[in-house]
Amino acid sequence: MKLHSIRLPHRKASAEMPTLKTMNPPRVVISMSQHGGVPCTPLVQVGDEVKTGQLIGSSDAVISSPVHASITGKVTEITDVINIAGKRNTAIVIESSHRQELHESVKPPVVTDRQSFIEAVKNSGSVGLGGAGFPTYVKLNFDPKQSKADTLLINAAECEPYITSDYRALVESSHELISGIKLIMKYLDISKAYIGVESDKAKAISILTERCQAEQGIKVKVLPHSYPQGAEKILIYNTTGRVLKEGELPLSVGCIVMNCSSVIFINDYLKTGIPLIRRRITIDGNIVNKPMNIFVPVGTQLSEIIRIANLRRTPDRVIFGGPMMGSSVYDPEMPIMKTTNAVLFFDGAVATAQPTPCIRCGRCVRACSLNLMPTELESAYDNKDVERLKKLKVNICMNCGACSYVCPAKRNLSEKNQLAKILLRNGGNV
Amino acid sequence: MTNYLVEPAPHIKSSLTTQKVMLHVIIAMLPAVCAASYIYGLRALLTIVVCSAVCVLSELVFEKITKRPRTINDLSAVVTGILLAFNLPPTLPLYMAAIGSVVAIVVVKQFFGGIGQNFANPAITARIVLMLSFSSYMTTWSEPFYYKNTADAVSTATPLVSDQTFELFDLFFAKSGCIGECCNAALLLGGLYLIITRVINPVTPIAYIGTVALLTWVSGGNVTLQVLSGGLILGAFFMATDYATTPLRTSGKLIFAVGCGLLTFMIRSFGSMPEGVSFSILIMNILTPYIDKLTISHPFGAKKEVKSK
Repeated sequence: MKLHSIRLPHRKASAEMPTLKTMNPPRVVISMSQHGGVPCTPLVQVGDEVKTGQLIGSSDAVISSPVHASITGKVTEITDVINIAGKRNTAIVIESSHRQELHESVKPPVVTDRQSFIEAVKNSGSVGLGGAGFPTYVKLNFDPKQSKADTLLINAAECEPYITSDYRALVESSHELISGIKLIMKYLDISKAYIGVESDKAKAISILTERCQAEQGIKVKVLPHSYPQGAEKILIYNTTGRVLKEGELPLSVGCIVMNCSSVIFINDYLKTGIPLIRRRITIDGNIVNKPMNIFVPVGTQLSEIIRIANLRRTPDRVIFGGPMMGSSVYDPEMPIMKTTNAVLFFDGAVATAQPTPCIRCGRCVRACSLNLMPTELESAYDNKDVERLKKLKVNICMNCGACSYVCPAKRNLSEKNQLAKILLRNGGNV
Repeated sequence: MTNYLVEPAPHIKSSLTTQKVMLHVIIAMLPAVCAASYIYGLRALLTIVVCSAVCVLSELVFEKITKRPRTINDLSAVVTGILLAFNLPPTLPLYMAAIGSVVAIVVVKQFFGGIGQNFANPAITARIVLMLSFSSYMTTWSEPFYYKNTADAVSTATPLVSDQTFELFDLFFAKSGCIGECCNAALLLGGLYLIITRVINPVTPIAYIGTVALLTWVSGGNVTLQVLSGGLILGAFFMATDYATTPLRTSGKLIFAVGCGLLTFMIRSFGSMPEGVSFSILIMNILTPYIDKLTISHPFGAKKEVKSK
């Protein structure tokens, strides 16, 4: 069975731009909620001097991930901010001292077995760098007696337009990627690994295929160039043929899915002990003169990105993440998160057109890789028909946006699905 | 402090709009419009223009009176107008064509909520209304190129109800019949355009025409004649593929098309009216909600709903 998918314009103008490493923001705003799960509690106070890599936020909760200082400087403020998801949370503001020093605690972790490996991953502050931001150690910390993972899937599909940060990671750090995969396979006792790459990334495929030849159990899987290839369920199905059931985790079909940049980070962390304090982002969009990839410290503010972005004009719209699933940013001071893989700048011309009546053309139905019925879901939501929404399985929608993208009537179908999920969560109360 | 625009994802959308879809359909009908104007003269073109103009005008007026948002820019009324004209004999009095246009837009389309909401194909329903109201005018056909002859227009019967012999060439390029049916080659060209531009799903015309051909072959009839005469090609490519009145999913479209083929064959074989294509599409239009219900898709990885009662 072939899953539905859509064709998107490519627009990967930054693909052959080697990643720049020169970003030194004067200050960073580090949110205590860089991840899915429980936010961290600040461990520093206003006035404290902090050094790069120092632990500044942690939590005892099972699903959480520690937060570290991304620059050396002085804590000037601990304040409430509205984060990219629209939620209020605490953030630590650090003014740079322009003299970068690693904190004394930064040293390679001692890893000898499964438990120490997972402990190290936990302390690294690693979260899914593809955008979901799920704490990595939670994903790896399964009970081998209860569930068995036989396949490690490396998500290097990068199916959204514009973004090339994962592609640059593959090309620039292929050695580190393979090394990271081997470490995870070794400590978690997983026998095979697939690196799923979309067919349009020819250079990355040839580099990785060459490197994998000498490796046992690691294979490059070339995926069709279509959207949403990088969605977890789709990736699992297209690489292993396994169907991830509604509400289940990849582990239930024996898979661990990790973003390629996350694996490269874990490899680097085990070698250097530098926690997750910077990430590679793509800067692009239709008003960017020179698209690029650059390493930026976590917490760098949008205004600082704009300063280096070489824009043709003042942007009307700024997106953190890809144009399909990313979030609109309204505040020029919004900080980069661990999960931000791109910052895109657009002028008003791309703005959404007014929706017109549905003409029942069925394009949304043929676009949905999960075989949902977006147009019927929309009318079910508009009628607040909870039973029908449940029957049509709105809960499995992954918000890939394909239905909204293809709709000639410009209806906001995927937005309605998200609203419908909230409606179901609230037990049918608006 | 400048703030940026906020909107829900996705932040890019395809350039396709309803207007462009309709424009594609209009482009696909142009070869047949040209062929009709050549074969039946400017009188046929005039009918097409009148139908389109009255359709657009009645949509405009109706939406003005009912204070609904104006939708004539989406060009769907133009499509309905041309399609209706395609289903009329070339010499039908223009006021009858105008009445048909008002019925199509106001009664069949707007009374049921406008674009996308109507359950029956406006052009086909209007044709049937005209057929029942002005039967003799609606069954008066002209010979191709009649206007070039010095003699008066010669009335002929539609090939399906007469028993003359047929040249294959005529069936393809210039047969007598309704305005849009006269040149199958032009219709096929337009149909191909719609398939290439992905406006229509090829399943519908293939299954529809295939079913008629198969049944004719099994019953020992003349397959070429049955496929190429009457309004089958026009109906299969341009009317059984209408979005609003046909099933959403490909599996549903298949059932719909096979049903149309079956009904067309039966009406042509056993019926008394030359309305095989129109009636069969209209009947299947009415069944569409049930076909949609029947062909509901199974979401990927979905679990069976546990009844909570």
